[in-house]
Amino acid sequence: MSEAAIAIRGLRHTFPGDRPVEVLDGVDLEAAPGAFVSLVGPSGCGKSTLLQVLAGLLAPDAGESLIEGRSTIGEPGLAAYMPQKDLLLPWRKAIGNAVLGAEIAGEPKEEARRHALDLFERFGLAGFEESWPSQLSGGMRQRLALLRTFLIPRHVLLLDEPFGALDAITRREMHQWLQEVWASDARTVLFVTHDVEEALILSDVAYVMTPRPAHMAARFEVDYPRPRLPSIVTEPGFVADKARLLAALDEGGTG
Amino acid sequence: MATEAPLTQGTLPREGGRLLGRWGSAALEYTPALVLLVALVGLWELLVELLNTRPYILPAPSAIWNALLDKGHLLPNHIQATATEAVLGLVAAAVGGVLLAVLLSSIPLARRVLYPIIVTSQTVPAIVLAPLLMVWVGIGLESKLIVVALVGFFPIVVSTVDGLASADRDMVALVRSMGASRIEELRHVLIPSAIPGFFAGLKIAAAYAVIGAVIAEWVAAKEGLGIFIIRSQASFRIDQIFVAIAVIALLSIALFVAVHLLARAASPWKYANDQGENGS
Ligand SMILES: Nc1ncnc2c1ncn2[C@@H]1O[C@H](COP(=O)(O)OP(=O)(O)OP(=O)(O)O)[C@@H](O)[C@H]1O
Ligand SMILES: [Mg+2]
Repeated sequence: MSEAAIAIRGLRHTFPGDRPVEVLDGVDLEAAPGAFVSLVGPSGCGKSTLLQVLAGLLAPDAGESLIEGRSTIGEPGLAAYMPQKDLLLPWRKAIGNAVLGAEIAGEPKEEARRHALDLFERFGLAGFEESWPSQLSGGMRQRLALLRTFLIPRHVLLLDEPFGALDAITRREMHQWLQEVWASDARTVLFVTHDVEEALILSDVAYVMTPRPAHMAARFEVDYPRPRLPSIVTEPGFVADKARLLAALDEGGTG
Repeated sequence: MATEAPLTQGTLPREGGRLLGRWGSAALEYTPALVLLVALVGLWELLVELLNTRPYILPAPSAIWNALLDKGHLLPNHIQATATEAVLGLVAAAVGGVLLAVLLSSIPLARRVLYPIIVTSQTVPAIVLAPLLMVWVGIGLESKLIVVALVGFFPIVVSTVDGLASADRDMVALVRSMGASRIEELRHVLIPSAIPGFFAGLKIAAAYAVIGAVIAEWVAAKEGLGIFIIRSQASFRIDQIFVAIAVIALLSIALFVAVHLLARAASPWKYANDQGENGS
């Protein structure tokens, strides 16, 4: 059996201060190599905090956080991380932002550029390669941030609500596209979302978190055959699973 | 937040027209200042004429103009000397100021130890420092450069330190999550964030650089507008002093404008959305 791509065990964290905020209260999570794993939870429960720990940006009070067997505590750079805010660098054009992670990872500039230019079309950004971030719409900025994350040469992707700023139509397109890309390059994805449908369409496994202080309320295996088309949302099995997931969310809230 | 800028496409063909528009509107913008200046000079001429003021107390603008025509041929060498000192001193101030700002921002101990000293250094007037420097490094170019640099580096350090501190912490965290080293954090996030602050400081330094050079020359020099003023003073040529004042003002303005253009060139993203506003 191969080692988990992502492993979180007994993670606890409290933000200190005058009024300390207890966020994570013994969180466990595991993702097999190549799996697509979603994380659903109410706003403010600690999803972004969890991703920051995995990205090596935040040292938790207790617990283990491993990417491909290596502890991320005090060790950023093990996974490709897309924060909730797009955080595009205003002084780099769209193409420059796209290649940022690849550049820092030491990929040759020309190669990274070529690779990025190929993807602009697929991300609906064709023609905006030389635009400044301030000239892009909110949805375009988010797609560019996602593109930047994909170009980081890492096996594990940590995506914090990557489609939060997209309209329903673009979102559906991105779901199809993301499945294709994910199927073709065998990377592990941890995907944070508020959207239960989105989690079911994309995932192999969906975790549901309780409100703060959070632990896992439920874990669902999602085994619909792939590729999953947008029409899947109307199938009875899907509708039933969605109801169960929502129930788990509500239960986490009351229990 | 999230204001969407108009997505201007195909700006290139119209660039020429827009550029003209920009210059046109700039001319319009400064017309009132120019009108006021001309009016003040006219008033000055009139008052000197009416009150019959002695030329060695206050010469009329026309007398100053004549002095320029008369002694103008002496000026290019002096101007060149002063301009060289001012520009090189400013460059030294910029390089030293940025290095110091990076040091202060990255090492807390350096900040605690050096910041008070830097602030104190600004309490020593240039006019006191200049003679000492002449004694220590001689009356050549070096002593002038040091005076200009000492006057100029302070605003550069202060505003660059502020600029570095203004960097978005989340952006720093992002590049760190990509495995960036401290140097790469500086290069990709901190330094670009500090560019506007750096140029704000550089503009202040530029406004004082020419004056700094003149003060240094005042103490001792072979050439320069400071020496030109001293010689004019010795021979009671008040009109020539006014010529020198006008030249110093023009030089200072030129340097200021040059820095402003440099700032624009160095931060194109700040002006990316300007193009559509002034033109047509
Ligand atoms: N740096 C911090 N200092 C103090 N408290 C923080 C900090 N970061 C987050 N918190 C608090 O921790 C809690 C969890 O925040 P987090 O951003 O992880 O939530 P989230 O699940 O991602 O929410 P959302 O779905 O709205 O993005 C919130 O109550 C927040 O106020
Ligand atoms: Mg969040």
